[in-house]
Amino acid sequence: MPAMKVRLLFFAVLRDIAGADERELTLADGTTASEVWQELRASYDTLADYTQPPMIAINETYATPDAVLTEGDELAFIPPVAGG
Amino acid sequence: MSYLTDAPIDAQALVRRVIRRSDGAYVLFEGVVRNHHDGKAVESIFYDAYRPMAEKEMEKIVREVEAQFPDTAVAVVHRLGQLVVGDSSIAIAAASPHRAEAFAACRTIIDRVKETVPIWKKERGPDGEEWLGWQGRSGRGGVDG
Repeated sequence: MPAMKVRLLFFAVLRDIAGADERELTLADGTTASEVWQELRASYDTLADYTQPPMIAINETYATPDAVLTEGDELAFIPPVAGG
Repeated sequence: MSYLTDAPIDAQALVRRVIRRSDGAYVLFEGVVRNHHDGKAVESIFYDAYRPMAEKEMEKIVREVEAQFPDTAVAVVHRLGQLVVGDSSIAIAAASPHRAEAFAACRTIIDRVKETVPIWKKERGPDGEEWLGWQGRSGRGGVDG
């Protein structure tokens, strides 16, 4: 199956959990944002209970969990925002 | 013009950017770090952001509010980094020929910022530190908005 590269960015609590600002992922074509979240849950025990992803941004725009990623995308999971 | 800053906010400079000779009023809103939250003492707050996306979302809000209140001029800036009690985290200025629009525009902006702009805060106090809005979210499922 062909593969693509995606940049995954970590912010706030997710940066603390991942211990990194970002990571490069190699994914199978057709992978969705939600599927990346499920991989993260499998990697970090503290995320195990978070069955649903938080809000999602692809290339700095809000997207839905079923959004299909494409080569070179910048993906970020957006924990509940708390500006102001 | 950036909507984010790492330096203390100059609120009067924000007012000077919006006020025109045709305006009869301006409203200046500042959000400040308070010393408590949910019954716990707070000493400081660290603000984090997905900067390029936060700039875009701020721009979207400003454009929407300007469309909603055509005679009103608005400006907003959010501070990031480590802030202590009493520091302003956000300032919003809205100037209009009449006060009602200035109040409404200002209120709309702060409400929208809290909904969509990717900015987060980690509160620090004598009991430790915590990213707001994350703990206990798992059971609810779905998206918080």
